[in-house]
Amino acid sequence: MSGSSLDSELQLVADRIVAQAKKGEQIEAYVSRGQETEVRVYEGNVEHFVSAQSQGINVRVISNGRTGTSYAGTLDESALAEVLAEARENAELGSVDEWAGLAEPDGVAVVEQELWNEKLESYPTARKIELTKELERLTLGIDPRVRIDSADYSDASIESAFATTKGIRVSGRENGCYTSVSTLADDNGETQTGWGFAVGKYPDEFDLSKAARDGVERATRLLGAVKPATKRTTVVLDPFVTASFLSIIGSTLNGEAVSKGRSIFANRLGEAVASPVFTLIDDPTDSRAYSATDIDGEGLAARRNVLMQDGVLQMFIHSSYSARRAQTVSTGNAIRGSGTPGVGCLALQVGLGTKSQQELIADIDDGVLIQSVQGIHSGVNAISGDFSTGASGLMIRNGATAEPVREFTIASTLQRMLLDIVAVGADIDWLPMSSVGVSLVINDITMSGV
Amino acid sequence: MTITDLSHEIDASILAKALIAGRATGADFAEIYIEDKRSTSAGLDDGKVEQVTSGRDRGAGIRVIAGDTTGFAHTADLSESGLLAAAAAAAAAASQGGGGVNTVAFAPMTRQSVNSVRIVPSSVAKSRKVELLMQANDAARSIDGAIVQVSAGYADSMKRILVANSDGVFATDEQVRTIFRISAVANGDSGMQTGYESLGHTMGFEMFDDNDVAELAIRAARQAIVKLRARPAPSGAVPVVIKCGSGGVLFHEACGHGLEADLVAKGASVYKDRRGELVASPLVTLVDDGTMTAEWGAIGIDDEGHVSKRNVLIENGVLTEYMWDYIRARNENRPQTGNGRRQSYSHLPMVRMTNTFVLNGTQDPEDIIKNTPSGVYVAKLGGGSVDTASGDFVFGMTEAYLIENGEITEPLREGNLIGNGPQVLQDIDLLGNDFAMGGPGTCGKDGQGVPVGDGQPTLRVKSLTIGGTAA
Repeated sequence: MSGSSLDSELQLVADRIVAQAKKGEQIEAYVSRGQETEVRVYEGNVEHFVSAQSQGINVRVISNGRTGTSYAGTLDESALAEVLAEARENAELGSVDEWAGLAEPDGVAVVEQELWNEKLESYPTARKIELTKELERLTLGIDPRVRIDSADYSDASIESAFATTKGIRVSGRENGCYTSVSTLADDNGETQTGWGFAVGKYPDEFDLSKAARDGVERATRLLGAVKPATKRTTVVLDPFVTASFLSIIGSTLNGEAVSKGRSIFANRLGEAVASPVFTLIDDPTDSRAYSATDIDGEGLAARRNVLMQDGVLQMFIHSSYSARRAQTVSTGNAIRGSGTPGVGCLALQVGLGTKSQQELIADIDDGVLIQSVQGIHSGVNAISGDFSTGASGLMIRNGATAEPVREFTIASTLQRMLLDIVAVGADIDWLPMSSVGVSLVINDITMSGV
Repeated sequence: MTITDLSHEIDASILAKALIAGRATGADFAEIYIEDKRSTSAGLDDGKVEQVTSGRDRGAGIRVIAGDTTGFAHTADLSESGLLAAAAAAAAAASQGGGGVNTVAFAPMTRQSVNSVRIVPSSVAKSRKVELLMQANDAARSIDGAIVQVSAGYADSMKRILVANSDGVFATDEQVRTIFRISAVANGDSGMQTGYESLGHTMGFEMFDDNDVAELAIRAARQAIVKLRARPAPSGAVPVVIKCGSGGVLFHEACGHGLEADLVAKGASVYKDRRGELVASPLVTLVDDGTMTAEWGAIGIDDEGHVSKRNVLIENGVLTEYMWDYIRARNENRPQTGNGRRQSYSHLPMVRMTNTFVLNGTQDPEDIIKNTPSGVYVAKLGGGSVDTASGDFVFGMTEAYLIENGEITEPLREGNLIGNGPQVLQDIDLLGNDFAMGGPGTCGKDGQGVPVGDGQPTLRVKSLTIGGTAA
């Protein structure tokens, strides 16, 4: 969303809902309308082409400290009235919560972002299909062992408006696109999988050759992989894996989780919770980030927050609700969902080191490069801190990558992993996620295999 | 209160017009999927009912197939003009030139519903639903002072669907689902631990007649308390015994996805070309059954308008059948199996599981544990995932214990287990006679989530790699 307050059609819909507030009632309305295109190519043909439109409204009502919410996937007049009525009815059923309330405007200036690209909006459909076919062709041309599962292109645009009885009014629009390829590599009756992708403000910025090379390399380098022996070792997380790790760390710094006694880092402010080489920053105002944005889910300015500086815990992130509970102010980290906004990091990045991945590997006598992890949702518990995931990658011996390995797990705890970080790479990769990618070296991880 | 099927609200002649419009550019197949879904949810955390939410989703997805190309468009506008515009968009998306006149004649309507809903959730006061949350919260907190936090969620949905296609299919279904979840956090000297339980069925509010949320809450709280004294899980390969009703996810990942015909057709499954072969221990008979009334993955019709079925996938270890949707079955000129499903009207259907389970063996579960000198006993599994091309899969254990000298002993901290599907299926060496279905699951594939069920009797895998940190 860009932080202007155009009197768009959607803004008027949001305003109209909010204007119906009764005395003592707080209302928030979020209205959106979107379009998306999805192309899937397989063996030179379009397997499917999706052209879709969606719209919706979310309403939150707070009355006497009780919260009710409601949503509908349509902007029909009858639905608008129904949504407000339902939210009001629901508000009668909630518990009284002394901290419940909408965000107060806090005067923090919005850092404007370029979230809309006109070139993407007018990009011809035929060329979207052509570039997806091109990605498939490029990928197939590199290595005869490689087949394609699918080559995909996807774009989306969304127009939205937000209004509250606290006087926050913002509307705007944003769009984005990416393309990706899923690969299969066969050798000696064995099959391994890989993927590659490209992002850009519009499709002409895609680096299709790199996406193709990544897709081929990831799948082929695992061919012949064996199950490794069980031992404690040093791991190098590939940028993509680091991004997932950072997202989990970010979730432990959620101020609402801290207030509710669910964070492993509660009561640790000002303490060294990570290695001195580790600095963690949430910065949605950095326009290089894929998830860069100008406002948060409550309409407050998105902002740069340093969460850990040289390993020392600096702050927790907050929405206006969690901030009131913790007697502090919102850090602009409200996240929209179908009901009351939650709290989350918007665009995580880390302080960079000085070495490339190859240079980091050159410093390691015995370790493993983790290309991908499996089962983060089932094997990581951010409340207990237990960390255990399936993994595949390449052994590292005497400073160089060696044989491929698969069907093993890596395990530690989040608390120990942060302290065991020995190096951060310089190889920053702005992935299509809300965390940046970079190589990360962590000691003393249990690799469990044979 | 009864539920009206969608055919009463949608004019069949408009559907026929839209299907004709969908094929106007020469496509050989057109389909309309209409959905009207209402849902209610309520969430409690930190002792308070933080919010009650209502939702309404209503729209149509139109799919047009021309040769190997599928065009798809969806709209929230169910008026005649809205449907015709979406049909034209889908037709344009699939168009390969050509053009022509076509007609649609619907077969008599199929109205298949697996629901035997006695109490439609929307007929129950929301205050009653909120009360369940408070009951669960109180029960979880009552058992031990070490329980420091509790959250609970209630949700119900009523989804009415109508599917019509140019082959004449005209079918409706009403799917009512009710779910309750609870999680507890315990705090002790060694840090915090969590416990989680869920209860979900394809049924109405009568689910709570036979199920006590307080009991469910106490189970979740006890799980967290027990884990306060858990030691790190072992690392390396060990024998693993999985309790009945908790390990269906193992089969969902180890072979379920690999038996989906779309993955098989693209050569992205280790089970490709293996029909008729022994792919599992002869103890294993695996079934996918969408007709199991009240189970979480039950459907009257699939999301392509075909009546759900019971399909035997592996019989005494031999691979007998894959799961099929319309497109893959059409390509192979064979019947579909009622496994074409989608998350909502805004998604394309694909091959999905329903309720996937392994039938009973003959062993007494007690004997399975007694006959395992050392290993790990998994009493509750979390989610999992699989790479169907290599067959490597993981699943999490959220409640597990050591087995020492044939007895269950110390509790273990959480972690993932990893294995290779075909190998693990061969390595199942003991199968119990205590079959039970597990909790409600959501299966994710290609960005879409659908409700699924799973089940199995107590069983042993003679070797699985466990992802702990202990030597």
